[in-house]
Amino acid sequence: MRQAKGETMSVNHAQRVDLEVVADLIPAQSRVLDVGSGDGLLLELLQATKQVDGRGMELSQRGVNECVARGLSVIQGDADKDLEFYPDKGFDFVVLSQTLQATRNPKLVLDELLRIGKHAIVSFPNFGHWRVRLSLFLDGRMPVTKDLPYSWYDTPNIHFCTIRDFVNLCDELGATVEKATALDANGQKIGLSMPWWFWNFFGQQAVFLLKR
Amino acid sequence: MVALRAKRTNNEADEPSSPVLRFGADKPLKLDAGTLLSPFQIAYKTYGTLNEARSNAILVCHALTGDQHVASTNPVTGKPGWWEVLIGPGRIIDTSRFFVICSNVIGGCLGSTGPASTNPATGKPYGLDLPIITIRDMVRAQLMLVDHFGIEKLFSVLGGSMGGMQVLQWASSYPERVFSALPIATGARHSSQNIAFHEVGRQAVMADPDWHGGKYFEHGKRPEKGLAVARMAAHITYLSEAALHRKFGRNLQDREALTFGFDADFQIESYLRHQGMTFVDRFDANSYLYMTRAMDYFDLAADHGGRLADAFAGNKTRFCLVSFTSDWLFPTEESRSVVHALNAAGASVSFVEIETDRGHDAFLLDEPELFAAINGFIASAARARGLSE
Repeated sequence: MRQAKGETMSVNHAQRVDLEVVADLIPAQSRVLDVGSGDGLLLELLQATKQVDGRGMELSQRGVNECVARGLSVIQGDADKDLEFYPDKGFDFVVLSQTLQATRNPKLVLDELLRIGKHAIVSFPNFGHWRVRLSLFLDGRMPVTKDLPYSWYDTPNIHFCTIRDFVNLCDELGATVEKATALDANGQKIGLSMPWWFWNFFGQQAVFLLKR
Repeated sequence: MVALRAKRTNNEADEPSSPVLRFGADKPLKLDAGTLLSPFQIAYKTYGTLNEARSNAILVCHALTGDQHVASTNPVTGKPGWWEVLIGPGRIIDTSRFFVICSNVIGGCLGSTGPASTNPATGKPYGLDLPIITIRDMVRAQLMLVDHFGIEKLFSVLGGSMGGMQVLQWASSYPERVFSALPIATGARHSSQNIAFHEVGRQAVMADPDWHGGKYFEHGKRPEKGLAVARMAAHITYLSEAALHRKFGRNLQDREALTFGFDADFQIESYLRHQGMTFVDRFDANSYLYMTRAMDYFDLAADHGGRLADAFAGNKTRFCLVSFTSDWLFPTEESRSVVHALNAAGASVSFVEIETDRGHDAFLLDEPELFAAINGFIASAARARGLSE
């Protein structure tokens, strides 16, 4: 944990259009755990608009200290290691926003989210997006985009997946997809009527509401 | 000179220069040792004003060699209060807004009943006739003080090191009386290494011939050498290797070359000797034995069948824990295990680890990140408690 505690705060600060989508899924006064709470944007949004009982866990100590100084209830912790200490169904919602791809064991982390929360909300960048595919297909290089600004050698994002991959993992873990949303490059929701392959191609980010 | 000093400290033990609350035979203090302490007294200081709703009270718990003079000049040393950097008018813990209470712990030597106090049964100082005092005993006594003020629920309880142990004990024993809790640089138990250092200190005191089996006042003596050595050893544990090296390195003390003798050639030796010497002027040796023992005995999980989370079951208190990267007396892992237990209990907890090379003592120093964390935590707790700005 100590060596991982570098200066990279949670993972993708470039564009956080997913936060509003996540917030919309959470009813007022819920008990919420935000795993990978970063600079506390989501917790602050939820406290201001939904009066939630919000807690955060963040890998970067700098991020944690800033959150606590702003009055948020946040602890330093590692999603890969520290979720086991939380009791079953201790929260109404457990949120993992733009962090899944940076965990060492995404399957285990997702399993823990479904255990701790009555619902889990997971948002992640879709590696099946056409820009990513194009970069690999035409340039033959790992994609570096506005959303995924890191080079392959310095990225904290070690476990990318596509929307289809994620749906498969949910099946494997016995999770029910209660709601799914894909956002295009402009942060606009992609129509519900569109088929999965369309989401997987044009969705730049995905937000899933799950339960088990 | 020795006798004079002995007399003065003894007086501060019985008739302190701060307010005292005395409990007679009708209100004994129940001790974990299985006996009752009666009569007994608590010496305390308060700062600020208790509001009408009695909802703005903050209890500060002091560390091993601290006292009730947290935010005003210490009558024994003439130095500023030990946490004046944090507490006072306009400070982070603003005494124009909060009512701050700090009491000398039971077993202490600045006015609360301790080994230097006069035993009413004999007319002589208790010495080792005082039963062993535990952290929980200290907290039980503090509760009686808080009841005396008619405070139903403390807005916050905070403290570092042994003070942090009291904070954890408060939140565990009386969760409904504590709205928020700030345990700093502490742990839910004393580690084997910490007990080891304390034992070295106690043996140093007891090896001093002036200790007289704890009855030194009756001989007009004080075990100053032993207590000074105890303090020197302990003081090293409050710092860090990096801080010692930064401050002293291998620098020589007022000399150009090594003297090939056992004088204090090095600055660090001179510094430690000074720390030891000034400590014996303000602290009672037997009290040091009792305080260190209280910390050694502290094990919150053991009181709950070995499961720390059970110490906080159903707890509604808001917690904020703070540790320091270079603290090897209470390393971050000690705080983290408390955090995990609080998580398991579903409690509300924040946890900040602060990067510093100043070791355990960092909690007493001007650490901007510590102050920012305390400030944020207190401000949000005050909003939740409905306290006005």
